[in-house]
Amino acid sequence: MTTIKSLEDLKKLREQALQKRDVKRAEGAAQVIVGMGTCGIAAGARETMKAVLETIEQEGLSGILVTQTGCIGLCEKEPIMQVVVGDGPKVVYGKVSADVARQIMKEHVIGGKVVENHVIPM
Amino acid sequence: MKYYRTHVLVCADPECIKRGAHEVIDSLQDELVAQGLIDEVQVLETSRIGGCSDGPEMVVYPEGVHYSGLTPDDMPYIVEEHLLKGRIAKKFVVPDVPFTDEELRAPSAKEVRIVLKNCGQIDPENIEDYLAVDGYMALAKVLTEMTPDEVIDTVTRSGLRGRGGAGFSVGKKWQITRNVQDWPKYLTCNADEGDPGAFMNRRVLEGDPHSVIEGMIISAYAIGASYGYVYCRAEYPIAVRTLNIAIQQARALGLLGENILGSGFSYDMEVRMGAGAFVCGEETALIASVEGKRGEPRPRPPFPAVKGVWSKPTNNNNVESYANVPQIILGGPDWYASFGTEKSKGTKTFALAGDVKRSGLVEVPLGISLRDLVYDVGGGIKDDKGYKAIQIGGPMGGCLPIEYLDLPVDYESLTSAGAMMGSGGVVVMDDETCMVDIARYFMDFTQDESCGKCTPCRVGTRRILEILNRICAGEGKDGDIETLEMLCREIKATSLCGLGQGAPNPVESTLKHFRHEYEAHIYEKRCPSKVCRALIRYEILTDICTGCTVCARNCPTNAITGERRKPHVIDPDTCVRCGICMQVCNFNAIEIR
Ligand SMILES: Cc1cc2nc3c(=O)[nH]c(=O)nc-3n(C[C@H](O)[C@H](O)[C@H](O)COP(=O)(O)O)c2cc1C
Repeated sequence: MTTIKSLEDLKKLREQALQKRDVKRAEGAAQVIVGMGTCGIAAGARETMKAVLETIEQEGLSGILVTQTGCIGLCEKEPIMQVVVGDGPKVVYGKVSADVARQIMKEHVIGGKVVENHVIPM
Repeated sequence: MKYYRTHVLVCADPECIKRGAHEVIDSLQDELVAQGLIDEVQVLETSRIGGCSDGPEMVVYPEGVHYSGLTPDDMPYIVEEHLLKGRIAKKFVVPDVPFTDEELRAPSAKEVRIVLKNCGQIDPENIEDYLAVDGYMALAKVLTEMTPDEVIDTVTRSGLRGRGGAGFSVGKKWQITRNVQDWPKYLTCNADEGDPGAFMNRRVLEGDPHSVIEGMIISAYAIGASYGYVYCRAEYPIAVRTLNIAIQQARALGLLGENILGSGFSYDMEVRMGAGAFVCGEETALIASVEGKRGEPRPRPPFPAVKGVWSKPTNNNNVESYANVPQIILGGPDWYASFGTEKSKGTKTFALAGDVKRSGLVEVPLGISLRDLVYDVGGGIKDDKGYKAIQIGGPMGGCLPIEYLDLPVDYESLTSAGAMMGSGGVVVMDDETCMVDIARYFMDFTQDESCGKCTPCRVGTRRILEILNRICAGEGKDGDIETLEMLCREIKATSLCGLGQGAPNPVESTLKHFRHEYEAHIYEKRCPSKVCRALIRYEILTDICTGCTVCARNCPTNAITGERRKPHVIDPDTCVRCGICMQVCNFNAIEIR
């Protein structure tokens, strides 16, 4: 990344960042976001994250964007995992243990079917 | 206590008993003996495992497997498969119940997210995510279109007040530091967050670190500061790490360092880790600690605006104060001032804790009533018990009784009611809370955290704690209340810093609003809320006790005796009032007198 020397540079970078996001959505790419704040990690988010990455590797999946985020204010429901498939709505899952994470990866991210009994209604 | 590798909890509610729970237990016990597992597996009778509609049912720990639809004839199979071979007996497993929970929430409609807007929405370790949501656009606007005076004017007009302590106008504080003719100038960001149970700042630092960095750069530009320190406790390792990554990324893009965005303005910053002493949140102690000295406060004036870090003019604000700034610049002062009340503008984050259904972090417009905060945003009191009081403002705040439920949450109202805004710690207390015990809890904290530099705080808080301990132990005497009042007055008037000046607040406010509880402890040797151990007795209700022996087996002092399937009794002289019997009793057969 080059440095930002002016307002124009900053705007350009913002556009690029937005574009990157839109392109991924348009391609139908899935985004998996794991809450990795202190509350998430204390509840076992590292295991959740590991399960997500392992599933991707074992199943040889591609085009899945795995990122992390901070606390969304539902600490008692951590580990929390958010899944967006293509331009579909964001689904927020609570109490996502490693097993549940594998289930969500298989049924929702790959299969396109929301795992209802772990959804947090937002 | 004996060690068991596995615990089997069998529901012994009337419904399950009707369906043969006792026969299942007997068969289970026989089978455990036959398989030689009786010393490894403990069988406990309990209640309400599931709905009893498909009982008898049991849960096997540590696995937490829930079986139902059991008959005595199934026991050999379950013991053999699960308890001996460790294979779960699939055909009896109750499927994972759908995740329904009344505490589960969509955020309350009364919540408004300004500071927390990005938390949980963006990747804090990727600056691109922040840029995509207009990150650093406020900085660009400030550097290209606004003079420092205009920035200060905007922040002042927004009505933003300090979110970490006394609620001083952020814009005015910047103006004061700007006016001092001495350079270089510094910024400090107070991320010490020492209030027990409070984690508002941590969440912002972990979830949206760039908002704090951007707010600080804008502040530095307005004041003419060239370097900043974020003072964060080492107990927040993830916040420290995230913030360091964010600072590096901002620096790599040229948003920190020399000649930011080609404006000629230069500023850089670093994180200083503190050892997590409560007093280091006090600004002069914080500054000493940033300098590498012992974290002790010093008298003010001189204020940090004149003599701060390295004896140079320093602006100190809380994490949340800085994090609001970018949005005030982008949204405009009038937009921000449209939230809140006349004198308390904007939103505030609160850490809701205690006996409230939805504990956690919330952000609400200032001026919301305590009632809405507790019952709407917080979902009400846990287990639908009664509301007793709210403690707001952290360990130096005050306890407000139910009469204040409609008090608006703003700086002036809270202060005049005897509490304070503080940094946003809120503890909700139900009607089973002893207010003397609560006062003692907070005094225990502040007494422990007193740095010891000044005598009133060091010795005075100790004396208060001793008296409170005595009262709770049933040894209160006539005159204690008056001595407490005198100590509170003197400590407040003579302590060096806000810690001593605020420490008596929980005692004073409970004395004011719950004096009768102190009197009951002292003169009647009675704890009305049945909390203080020395003043209560545990008793078994003989008509409810089923003689399941759980209490007797768990009692650490063997104070409980009785025959199996016959009512038990507690010997009050041996009992230490630990309450374990009450916790383990599945039939609510134990009462506090
Ligand atoms: C004992 C004590 C502890 C404090 N702890 C904190 C703290 O953890 N965080 C904080 O922002 N302010 C704390 N303060 C208040 C600070 O001294 C200071 O007023 C505040 O950081 C100013 O920032 P603001 O104007 O943005 O609120 C504490 C004060 C005292 C007396």
